[in-house]
Amino acid sequence: MSDDGPAETVERVSGTGVPVRGNDIDTDQIIPARFMKVVTFDGLGEFAFFDVRFDDDDNPKEHPFNEADFQGASVLAVNANFGCGSSREHAPQALMRWGIDAVVGESFAEIFAGNCLALGIPTVTASQADIEALQDYIDEHPDAEIDVDVANEEVRYGDTVIDAEVDDAQRRALVDGVWDTTALMGANADTVRETAESLPYTDV
Amino acid sequence: MSEGTLYDKVWDRHEVTELPTGQTQLFVGLHLIHEVTSPQAFGMLKERDLDVAYPERTYATVDHIVPTADQSRPYSDDAAEEMMSELEQNVRAANIDFADPTTGRQGIVHVVGPEQGLTQPGMTIVCGDSHTATHGAFGALAFGIGTSQIRDVLATGCVAMEKQKVRRIEVTGELDEGVTPKDVILQVIRKLGTDGGVGYVYEYGGEAIEEMDMAGRMSICNMSIEGGARAGYVNPDETTYEYLDGRDRVPDGEEFEELKRYWESVASDADAEYDDVVEIDGDALEPTVTWGTTPGQGIGISEAIPAPEDLPADKQESARGAQEHMDVEPGDTMAGYPIDVAFLGSCTNARLPDLREAAEVVKGHEVHDSVRAMVVPGSQRVKAAAEAEGLDDVFKEAGFDWRGAGCSMCLGMNEDQLVGDERCASSSNRNFVGRQGSKDGRTVLMSPPMVAAAAITGEVTDVRELERFEEVRA
Repeated sequence: MSDDGPAETVERVSGTGVPVRGNDIDTDQIIPARFMKVVTFDGLGEFAFFDVRFDDDDNPKEHPFNEADFQGASVLAVNANFGCGSSREHAPQALMRWGIDAVVGESFAEIFAGNCLALGIPTVTASQADIEALQDYIDEHPDAEIDVDVANEEVRYGDTVIDAEVDDAQRRALVDGVWDTTALMGANADTVRETAESLPYTDV
Repeated sequence: MSEGTLYDKVWDRHEVTELPTGQTQLFVGLHLIHEVTSPQAFGMLKERDLDVAYPERTYATVDHIVPTADQSRPYSDDAAEEMMSELEQNVRAANIDFADPTTGRQGIVHVVGPEQGLTQPGMTIVCGDSHTATHGAFGALAFGIGTSQIRDVLATGCVAMEKQKVRRIEVTGELDEGVTPKDVILQVIRKLGTDGGVGYVYEYGGEAIEEMDMAGRMSICNMSIEGGARAGYVNPDETTYEYLDGRDRVPDGEEFEELKRYWESVASDADAEYDDVVEIDGDALEPTVTWGTTPGQGIGISEAIPAPEDLPADKQESARGAQEHMDVEPGDTMAGYPIDVAFLGSCTNARLPDLREAAEVVKGHEVHDSVRAMVVPGSQRVKAAAEAEGLDDVFKEAGFDWRGAGCSMCLGMNEDQLVGDERCASSSNRNFVGRQGSKDGRTVLMSPPMVAAAAITGEVTDVRELERFEEVRA
């Protein structure tokens, strides 16, 4: 396979933060459907959260992604059930292309978290109180470094250490650099064929 | 010994191996693709110089961007035309069967799969669309995937997954006249929350589910994801086998009987253990509509819209925002909420029985002056079948627009969109802000008969009262 070189690993992500508050932020909000009429993911970054960032005349509204303080942030801090709704990978693609390398939140919708993993973006969870404190801290210290330690399941900022959680499979995939599931699974092609042939509905 | 639930059995049959991540490599029996989420995946394959591993287990259609009025090529929207052309090139190069609009088989991917008989019990089915759970209605394990996973499936015929827990949702009793599967699922999501299903697969069962036709079961499984569950299913039974018998992709004769034995074998054992069981009293349900901007914000038509402060702490803020957006007041019911648009369509509710039920309500009425109303059949076949029984005339005579098959106004990716702050009575699945194409637009989710009733009166209406009103007048 063309990219079978040394696997990239994501043990930790460090950078400044940006808080986006609210529960049930769905993928239609993260990237409105009209921006998905494309055949590549290029250029999606500028449309992240578009409808809550801009008014009808495309003038910027109050939103963390518009604030000068948060430009260059790479750690997104969110609340509960973030990324619910549509399965569009365009959502994490848009966030990644805006600059996000890790998301810390109370909880994530499953498909969204899986899509993030496919891009090497950790989705780390922590308690509501810890997340709200983190969001407040980022507001007060937009230049401070937030350290998302995937391997040790911690988020560190200032003098605080948050006891966080990373899904086991996700942690292993990121820390060991094995999230390229195409390569992983492609290596088992013979076993796949055996499984396929054992099924009563296939005649492969 | 119990072999467990359908989920356990189908999972085991499709397990290839365990990956170093701890995930299972699962063989995919049917991969459905469409124009929105597949082009990037085909692009990734090209970059890596990989071929499609199982083109014969892959099936394509076009739905999200397809215009439902003028479908002549090239499409007037350049972006839509480009996506369509890209899909055509990709499926041609990979030798994948493509139900394009010239075949008479095109339609919403979750309508087309079942009606072709591609969707069968005991299969694993994936698609780059979160409403793939629809196919679970047949006792398949079906779930939505992202584009990188589509790349995985195209290249390897497999998906990497972690096994989930199973929650049995037992819908007891009998649904009243005017109460539909859509009302059941809206109440399930209301009860368990939009994230209540995270980590779970939902098994729907109980008397009310057993009595439902396949279209109804599909409506329920379809919205599993709205409750956070990536997959939902119903155990296959005689209703399932009858539906499948004679479909294009279903073999007949002894082969059918053989397959049927497999289908029967995958149903959950009577003594299967569940990680959780939830009961819904089907007798107590009434037509249900949403008052807010998530599918979990639903109420019975006679119930009062809740005051945010009466909701759990973590739901209060979103309820306040939702009530402001929708312009509704706590204490009111949703009955009487004025509407501008009536949309009957989507992968949730655009099958022939859905159209029949709505037509039954519409018959002899006219669409209210202030409403633009449209019916968008789920597939070209649904459209043809509806026309064969004259449903199109019922809708057209009443003032509905009768359109071509596609996702249409369920999401703002084609010409059918809300304008400004229009209010829409919609048989679709999501009332998210901006979902129907206008960020100020307002969506009220409901069943097809309720959409029909709203179209006639110009406001959210208890369809049962509409009928009663008719009887009195007659």
